[in-house]
Amino acid sequence: MVPLLNLVSALGLLVIALVLVSIRREHIRVEYSVSWLAGAVALIALSRSPRAVEYVSRKLGIEDPALAILMLVGCLFVLIVFLISISISNLKDDNVALAQRVAILEYHIRSLQNSAAHENEAKSAP
Amino acid sequence: MIPPQGRDSLLIVVPAWNEEAAIGTVVRGVREAMPGVPILVIDDCSVDSTRTVAEEAGARVLGLPHHLGLGGCVQAGYKLAYELGYHYVIRVDGDGQHDVRDIVRLYSALRTSGCEMVIGSRFAEGDYANHTSWVRSLGIRFFRLVLRPILGKQVHDPTSGFVGVNRSALEVFSKSFPLEYPEIEALVVLQRKAFRFAEVPCRMHARRTGRSSITALKSIYYILHVLLGVFVNVLRYDARRRRRV
Repeated sequence: MVPLLNLVSALGLLVIALVLVSIRREHIRVEYSVSWLAGAVALIALSRSPRAVEYVSRKLGIEDPALAILMLVGCLFVLIVFLISISISNLKDDNVALAQRVAILEYHIRSLQNSAAHENEAKSAP
Repeated sequence: MIPPQGRDSLLIVVPAWNEEAAIGTVVRGVREAMPGVPILVIDDCSVDSTRTVAEEAGARVLGLPHHLGLGGCVQAGYKLAYELGYHYVIRVDGDGQHDVRDIVRLYSALRTSGCEMVIGSRFAEGDYANHTSWVRSLGIRFFRLVLRPILGKQVHDPTSGFVGVNRSALEVFSKSFPLEYPEIEALVVLQRKAFRFAEVPCRMHARRTGRSSITALKSIYYILHVLLGVFVNVLRYDARRRRRV
């Protein structure tokens, strides 16, 4: 099981490194990095403590601790992806509302400009 | 645009996306069929000259800053119509499929039927042949079966985009409107509000130009998407009813 635990630790470190680099380059916002960082830290902590892994696998009723770890990793990623789906849905709703509002405001501005132009034409007519 | 006047004020909205070849004919047809009635083309960020052609034909244009899809596009028109104070809005597709001479029938039904929504139907008189492709016809039959128990009455042409709404429905749709494939879900949204709808027989034509956005491959996604949307709306409706009880 040790190679697998090492792999999980490496995966956790890789996730942390990727997230930190992404934050630095402003590819990901800090508030959306928290769930990834928390998950990666939890994975590293679990993989560095064989007794904790055995305890978790016993509680989950899974005989093979390696399987328990894989299941936890899978659940964690599913949860994070689900949270991201919620965020994307909210963003899409906001985006549609904003685009519609921008279009409507632009329409009103153009209408006002047209009215002003007509008024100016009428004033300047002899 | 002519500001809305009186309780019968009508606005024609025409959602359009890359319809430069058809939009001019549609706008001129509407102007001929309904002289003096303002026409609002909602340009869903076309990459062709839809906007210019529509303006030259005599329509006002509401230009979206990026592509929203049919539902977002139509809702933008509903929002503006509601803000401007229109009492009735009739939607006509920009591809020339709807026979604009039937707008008069929809408008008349809107004012006299007492219904919040009127649907221009290919099949309202029971003729199910020769109006559409067999794939679409199959889909329409399927959704008629699904919608029958939900709406409590038969809807012959649930996928028709040739619809008119009054100000009550306009208020609802300006707040909540399905973003993709809106026609069928919109019926369920109205049902949640206990609003009524009626169907008016209308003529429809094959597209003048371009292709339908719903390809054969997208049909499966369409059916699943709409079914899920209908299901979610029914759940919301039931939850609201339970809270009231």
